[in-house]
Amino acid sequence: MDAHIQVKDLNVYYGSQQALKGINLEIPKKQVTVIMGPSGCGKTTLLKSFNRFLELTDGARIEGQVLVDGEDIYANDIDVTEVRKRVGLLAQRPYPLPMSIYENVAYGLHIHQMKKTNKEYKDAVRHYLEVAGLWEEVKGRLHNPATSLSIGQQQRLCLARGLAIEPEIILGDEPTSALDPISSQHIEKKLLELKGQYTTVIVTHTLRQAKRLGDHVIFMYLGEVVESGPAYEVFANPKEERTRQYLEGLF
Amino acid sequence: MSQSSKTTTNPTKLNREGRADRPSLLARRRQDQFAGRTFFIFSLIPILLALIILIMLVVRSWPIFQAHSLWDMLMGQEWKPEEGLFGFMPFIAGTVWVTTAGLILAVPPCLLTAIYLSEYAGNRLRAFMKPLLDLLAAIPPVVYGVWGIIAVVPLLQDWLVPFAKKYLQNVPLLNSQNPTGFSILAGAIVLAVMVAPFIISVIYEVMNNIPSGLKDASLALGTTRWQTIRWVVFPQALPGIIAAIVLGASRALGETIAVLMVVGNVAQVPHSLLDTAYPLPALIANNYGDMMSVPLYDSALLSVALILLVMILIFNIGSTLVLRRFVKDWV
Amino acid sequence: MKKCWHRRHITEAIVKSFMLLSFGLVAGSLGLILWAIISRGLPSLSWEMISQPPQGGFYMGGGGGILNAILGSLYMAGAGTLIALILGLPIALYLETYLGDSAWGQYVRLALDVLWGIPSIVYGVFGFTLMLALGMRASMLGGIIVLTLLELPIMTRAMDEVIRMMPQDLEQAALALGSTRLEVALRVVTRQMLPGIITAILLAFGRGIGDAASVLFTAGYTDRMPNSLLTPVASLPLAIFFQLSTPFPTVRERAYAAALILTVIVLAVSLGSRWISGRLSKFIVK
Repeated sequence: MDAHIQVKDLNVYYGSQQALKGINLEIPKKQVTVIMGPSGCGKTTLLKSFNRFLELTDGARIEGQVLVDGEDIYANDIDVTEVRKRVGLLAQRPYPLPMSIYENVAYGLHIHQMKKTNKEYKDAVRHYLEVAGLWEEVKGRLHNPATSLSIGQQQRLCLARGLAIEPEIILGDEPTSALDPISSQHIEKKLLELKGQYTTVIVTHTLRQAKRLGDHVIFMYLGEVVESGPAYEVFANPKEERTRQYLEGLF
Repeated sequence: MSQSSKTTTNPTKLNREGRADRPSLLARRRQDQFAGRTFFIFSLIPILLALIILIMLVVRSWPIFQAHSLWDMLMGQEWKPEEGLFGFMPFIAGTVWVTTAGLILAVPPCLLTAIYLSEYAGNRLRAFMKPLLDLLAAIPPVVYGVWGIIAVVPLLQDWLVPFAKKYLQNVPLLNSQNPTGFSILAGAIVLAVMVAPFIISVIYEVMNNIPSGLKDASLALGTTRWQTIRWVVFPQALPGIIAAIVLGASRALGETIAVLMVVGNVAQVPHSLLDTAYPLPALIANNYGDMMSVPLYDSALLSVALILLVMILIFNIGSTLVLRRFVKDWV
Repeated sequence: MKKCWHRRHITEAIVKSFMLLSFGLVAGSLGLILWAIISRGLPSLSWEMISQPPQGGFYMGGGGGILNAILGSLYMAGAGTLIALILGLPIALYLETYLGDSAWGQYVRLALDVLWGIPSIVYGVFGFTLMLALGMRASMLGGIIVLTLLELPIMTRAMDEVIRMMPQDLEQAALALGSTRLEVALRVVTRQMLPGIITAILLAFGRGIGDAASVLFTAGYTDRMPNSLLTPVASLPLAIFFQLSTPFPTVRERAYAAALILTVIVLAVSLGSRWISGRLSKFIVK
């Protein structure tokens, strides 16, 4: 497999509690990887280790390596803001920034000084709103506050905002769990469309979403990776007993 | 810890053995109602007190409002009660100068400190700061005044005043006729330190109330912490921050003793930070003793108290209303 | 993704250094103040100062001490705090357990807000006017009344803040077991919130004992030891104030010592309340 992310001996502690135990895995490039498992098993912790969001929690301790294209993002000489530029995050609850729709999408571009002229900014904003499937609905009111959008639209805005900084990897932390079914469908459709351009890693709490989206599957339980592999293998023929039990809905 | 009701179906006071060992439900209910009514009377106290104080001030200052127009008093520059001259302007100007200067000195460091505490500092640093701020807030005003006399006034007198006399004669805010260390600047420095713990705590609360999901959304795009603060947190927190400053101003306006001890108490409209001033609270404090001898003097001083109080209350209530909307569980 | 100095990193570094500077300034100011008071006050501090009232000519350099002022302040602030507690605790409990978010509760809280914002000089003026109307002269009783007025909103507000943080589930569990509101107030809330309540009491006490503007016209001043409610009584803040106003340097130095004594008392109260509430926390439900 062409691995985009490699995790080597990752252990994460919150204070004295160990949240992740000895994680070793690989995330394939330009596929949708789904992390599934019962609540509390460490899925979100693992996801947040990929964009160095764990350090935002006081008392979090990280041991081990997470390599993106061969570079350990936790090395001392790595700039965390660059890591987060390459690894984008779509959160569970959409949080539009307190600005207009246009400014939300342009925010990341300004931060990283990615464009030069006003026209370039405008074109980029339009492009990413189109990619997220939001352009038609907002093109007449780009300068309205972002909070005026519905929650489904807000999540698509967050997608546009995150894609604008041209990441290589998209992380999704249960990105549809706060949305209504139609908006969920929208987002899932977009993520599948973007599959060929980005490596996507999604934490999901429903088995059905995992089956709909996943090319590659990771099953976690109690802070450990129980099984991982291509979706058709894991779903049809799970190697581990616990995986089989989870797939049958036993917990 | 809490009593479970015994045999609720039995309202009589005696239990099966004929002994009254615990109050029955009826008795407990009656206690509850009685206490409710008593407590209600207690709760009237703050309301009555507030009304009485306001009414007293208005009634006792009424005579002078009848004798002189408010406008004349606010604009009048001469304070000679024996001659019937009640001009508040020098004192109002003094108050405005000291309070404004104090806030200008206090707000930037307090804002930066509060931001640092809320966004950058670890738990241990925060645990260290809380007692420190509490201690600073607990120091009595008269001790701040003493500190002003021991440390601030001599500092100004020995360093700034000679420097200003020689080089700053033409600088607008710092030239002065005959500066000693007792000046608006000294009052402002003392005031700034006095209101600092308060402003820091309030701004800290406001910033802590910004949902972390919002900050995360910005950080996930690869911003530095400061960029997130500047573009996302600060705009959200701004109304609360302004309310904190206004609240600090209301505290500063009412501070009497500490400022009085270092500010010179000469009634003139100030023109420079190194001039002396005579703020409104000091006017009341210094003269209340001999006010009975001169007609309308007591009424004038009480009107000063009333004006001061009204200003403070407007600031106070205005900012509390804003803060109630911005901070969860703000009292 | 190697580290390099983009503009945003430089900006952050500059801002961070200003923040640390401010932080140091604020933290250092406490040190500066304490150092100034201790270094100027300690040399003039003597056993005589805290054990004797002023003898003749005290304000011109004569012998004696300020025991009258120390005791006077302790008595007045102590009595004022006690009365404020008797009045304030029921109000705070009532606000939480009976009133909740009702309209009356909001009026009471508004009134408390207003009272809290009134500067101590206005309380002093009010107290003086009240005493004039009642025919009282400046006396310990006057001081006690004004300090009660001053401390009541501070204490009640602090208690209200603490009591409001009471976990709803705890109250509801008690109510679900059949307790009346009074019982919840007396048995559950006070016990759970005891550390916070004690902190509020000591906070108000510290505020009251250090205040000069309120006792300025209402308690008077005297060189005699406090012996009656109806005669003027000395207080520490005023002792400091008056000693500072004399032209004699030795007397002024003694004012610094008095300031040191007051500071020690207030800091002891403040630190003590932390310690006590820490010890009492073992009863509370986290």
